[in-house]
Amino acid sequence: MIVQAISSLGQSVREWIENLGYAARTLFAMLGTSLGLLRRPRLVTDQIHFIGNYSLVIIGVSGLFVGFVLGLQGYYTLNKYGSEQALGLLVALSLTRELGPVVTALLFAGRAGTSLTAEIGLMKAGEQLSAMEMMAVNPLQRVIAPRFWAGVIAMPVLAAIFSAVGILGGYIVGVKMIGVDEGAFWSQMQGGVDIWKDVANGVLKSVVFGFAVTFIALFQGYEAQPTPEGVSRATTRTVVIASLTVLWLDFMLTALMFN
Amino acid sequence: MSNLVEIRNLHFSYGERPILADLNMDFPCGKVIAVMGGSGSGKTTILRLIGGQIQATAGQVSVAGEVVDMRNTKALYRLRRRMGMLFQNGALFTDLSVFENVAFPLREHTDLSEEMIHDLVLMKLHVVGLRNAAHLKPSEISGGMARRVALARTIALDPQLIMYDEPFAGLDPISMGVTANLIRNLNDVLGSTSILVSHDVNESFSIADYVYFLSQGKIVAHGTPEQMRVSTDPYVKQFVNAEMDGPVPFHYPGRSLAEDLGIGAGR
Repeated sequence: MIVQAISSLGQSVREWIENLGYAARTLFAMLGTSLGLLRRPRLVTDQIHFIGNYSLVIIGVSGLFVGFVLGLQGYYTLNKYGSEQALGLLVALSLTRELGPVVTALLFAGRAGTSLTAEIGLMKAGEQLSAMEMMAVNPLQRVIAPRFWAGVIAMPVLAAIFSAVGILGGYIVGVKMIGVDEGAFWSQMQGGVDIWKDVANGVLKSVVFGFAVTFIALFQGYEAQPTPEGVSRATTRTVVIASLTVLWLDFMLTALMFN
Repeated sequence: MSNLVEIRNLHFSYGERPILADLNMDFPCGKVIAVMGGSGSGKTTILRLIGGQIQATAGQVSVAGEVVDMRNTKALYRLRRRMGMLFQNGALFTDLSVFENVAFPLREHTDLSEEMIHDLVLMKLHVVGLRNAAHLKPSEISGGMARRVALARTIALDPQLIMYDEPFAGLDPISMGVTANLIRNLNDVLGSTSILVSHDVNESFSIADYVYFLSQGKIVAHGTPEQMRVSTDPYVKQFVNAEMDGPVPFHYPGRSLAEDLGIGAGR
């Protein structure tokens, strides 16, 4: 019984390491083909439009609601200490350092990530990737790499939009509805937010999340079983693995940035 | 006459399961060669081995004198530029129009001007009778038309070798006849070599110069279509005449009906 459990654990670990190694090989192979995209930037810009533009609405609306909630909860907490003037600073720091990159990455995994996995998985099921290979066109270069770089570029831009709209949401609730002083709201924010420590760290986080989420989504699609169930499972795996990876990476990056 | 494709002592297995065993085949230049056999006999696997999509367990496949080796990606991609493959369902890119599907290999592998690509694509589509469908999306055309578009895409770069995976499957009689004529005419006009994997006896025999019969991963008979029609080989006879029982049994092997029903078991 115990021997069987140990053996089964060993097999799982071996499979996990094997999959990780295969994913790393695929990642390096894809990165190796990426230089060719410099000659055809249109492939990437088309995908930025598809991935980024179509995610704008969900990112904007979510940012606004998160900003509303931050305004309400922040005022409730700060009011206890008579520091409601610092509401603008609290909202801005929460969004740029943490919520902007993380929530955007989670939404991105659900909106664009699943779409990428399903698209690649269905291309595989329809033998489109095989057809491309037989035409001497490398799918990693033609299909995967443009989508990957589009995700890496789109994520920080979407996170910035999320944070900006969120701050607007905090302003609407805090200043317009509750009555926090408008001058204090903006001046505290301007004085307290550091461009490098806060904004740049947030941008760096979102770039890392973009890298991780987009690659996970593409890899799951590329390795999906070419059947309806296979694509469905791959799509689910994208959301689960990408979300957990984002939260784990967020902890690691926050810890590193804290020194 | 020299062979464009040669298969020598080829073995292939998926893990422990053997698929092809000790295969030797020749595909002479300029000919249409049909590879026939029942489902699961390993026909498509042969195409995938020639295209370098899978690697032989033992033996070798050579195309135009070059050994196909999927581990040597650069050489393989160079070789694939001289090949074209028509997939069973066409495998058209669903996000591109008919025109863009045919233009795809030209855009990827040549530096031709937009004007030249436009003219070439229309000429290829004209050959398959779909010039006026150039603006349509794959979702707006029938299965037979999709296969003809895929054929136009396959011949976009005038390949030396064209492989067809079940080109007649699921087609109505008219589309089937059109496709068969296209395969033969294109082969002759382009001076290429065609490998046709199919289980459709009449259409394949009408256009093929030579036929290989495959069963359980082995060549069981080969010859011209005329020789195959009068063959006394039990497998070929069963296949060509569509007989229900023969070397390929009607019933899946296992326990007898009497045993399963518990009547006279063991008798």
